[in-house]
Amino acid sequence: MGQATREAYGDILGQLILENEKIVVLDADLTKSTKTSVAQSKVPNRHFNMGIAEANMMGVAAGFASSGYTVFASTFAMFATGRAWEQVRNSIGYPRLNVKICGTHAGIAVGEDGVSHQAIEDIALMRAIPGMQVYQPCDATETKAIIRHVSQIDGPCYVRLGRSKVDDVFNEDTKFEIGKIHQITKGSNVCIFTTGLMTQAALKAQKKLQEEGIEMSVVNVSCLKPLDEEGVFKMLKEHDVIITAEEHNVIGGLGAAIAEVSTSKCPKLIHRMGIYDCFAESGPFEKLLVKYHLDSEDIVKKVKEVL
Amino acid sequence: MDKISLKNHAKNIRKNIVKMVANANSGHIGGALSATDILTVLYFNEMNIHAENVGGVNRDRFVLSKGHASALLYSTLHEKGLLNEDLMTFRFIDSKLQGHPNMNYVAGVDMSTGSLGQGVSAAVGMAMANKLAKNDYRVYALLGDGECQEGQVWEAAMAAAHYKLDNLVVIVDFNGLQIDGDITKVMNPIPIDEKFKAFGFEVEVIDGHDYDAIDAALKHARNVKGKPTMILAHTVKGKGVSFMEHNAGWHGVAPNAEELAKALAELEVL
Ligand SMILES: Cc1ncc(C[n+]2csc(CCOP(=O)(O)OP(=O)(O)O)c2C)c(N)n1
Ligand SMILES: [Mg+2]
Repeated sequence: MGQATREAYGDILGQLILENEKIVVLDADLTKSTKTSVAQSKVPNRHFNMGIAEANMMGVAAGFASSGYTVFASTFAMFATGRAWEQVRNSIGYPRLNVKICGTHAGIAVGEDGVSHQAIEDIALMRAIPGMQVYQPCDATETKAIIRHVSQIDGPCYVRLGRSKVDDVFNEDTKFEIGKIHQITKGSNVCIFTTGLMTQAALKAQKKLQEEGIEMSVVNVSCLKPLDEEGVFKMLKEHDVIITAEEHNVIGGLGAAIAEVSTSKCPKLIHRMGIYDCFAESGPFEKLLVKYHLDSEDIVKKVKEVL
Repeated sequence: MDKISLKNHAKNIRKNIVKMVANANSGHIGGALSATDILTVLYFNEMNIHAENVGGVNRDRFVLSKGHASALLYSTLHEKGLLNEDLMTFRFIDSKLQGHPNMNYVAGVDMSTGSLGQGVSAAVGMAMANKLAKNDYRVYALLGDGECQEGQVWEAAMAAAHYKLDNLVVIVDFNGLQIDGDITKVMNPIPIDEKFKAFGFEVEVIDGHDYDAIDAALKHARNVKGKPTMILAHTVKGKGVSFMEHNAGWHGVAPNAEELAKALAELEVL
């Protein structure tokens, strides 16, 4: 097991805050969970705990950004994108301010805390704000590359991070082209687009399918908006069977984004895997992923079903 | 109910809280133990809630605005004989005992909570509904002191005073701690009592572990007319387990087997 993406976020932010004196970090009483505690220990005077008051935190982030700072604002994905949505939309999105909203504990893999803490709508919510860029890395190395990237570009970004530890997919030598889709394996006629921890599930499924003679392309989508339409178009053209998999409501997330490209550029039948418009529940996260059909076995089954 | 019986109920409630969180290997103990005595008095002395009326809304209602203390609510409903679920399914898959309370799964859970600041608004709505329906059921809401940092708490307070909700009692569990530590260091919400006073509340400041004081404050609130009451209850986070007391580290951590045994032994003689 590698690090959780939130842990990698904490580590790289701790580095960036030393490199760039224009970075300030805001948190809402969750510094040890979001891992902004690392940056706090490195540069205490540019880390501000705003208390359990997420809406105010986003407004304060807007104020800092309008004063020339690069702001990292963190809390759980649920509260960053849900509680403070309208503040994010009107005070950060509309004025195109330089705020990086890094929401941790996204998706059902939060586990035992249950529905009130399981953001399964955050990608949809953030994607719908004009000009907001939306990212979701799948492992530690990619997280570090994405966080560095968003710290260097101007404008509002949402980065979706996970609570649980995940297997490493990439390594130090991986060359990332942030913003582009990343084809990890090359199959013949099946292609699965994945984001976040579904990439690891798909890679597991890909190995199993390979043993049975089915070659699947696994395409990691870490930049959900702006979506690499060229890259997606190419994959749609090259494969007959298209699947998408995300730990998010099937409404408004990765599957929807791929379908949007498909519908205007290359109409295709798209099989979407994700949370089927229901609230999940409390439980150990591995068991939740199985119950809500987001396990590698579910991908194997899906591929066989639609082939 | 006499003090000895209350004390016994509180002891059972506390022991189950610790067992549930240990068994689930996740959950929130500190803020559950700090408010145990308050809920004990509410459910055993104050509220009109029993097996015959728990399934409906024609009764007093309680909103756990600090929803992370769910183990306290389940354990209290169980102690009162209103909950038949196996407490040890808490936070497991397929259980009605969700990590944060779900009002559709458990009779006696009066609002689904977990996102801080929201429960108290729902309690205001319930109190307004009772006024509209001209009944005399009362509504109680329990808030954390860290939770009082949420702006929504103050929007709710403004509405409660504006609509003269003398059927509403807001209790703040003043344990001085939140996840990142001392509330005055993270984001100081103090003075909480003066703020509620300024918003138009009747305010009482009590020791939240003194059954007589809790009881008296709740009785007093019944006689207040034309405004809501806020009870600021001084408490100890982790109350009853020496190594958890006054320790923010025990906000959301489960005890291991050894810690569980030690905690249960201490609670037995509390
Ligand atoms: C809106 C929202 N933000 C953040 C959280 C995460 N969280 C859960 S408990 C907690 C601290 C609560 O402190 P306090 O209200 O003092 O509770 P207590 O000490 O009584 O446990 C936080 C920040 C949440 N549940 N809801
Ligand atoms: Mg507290």
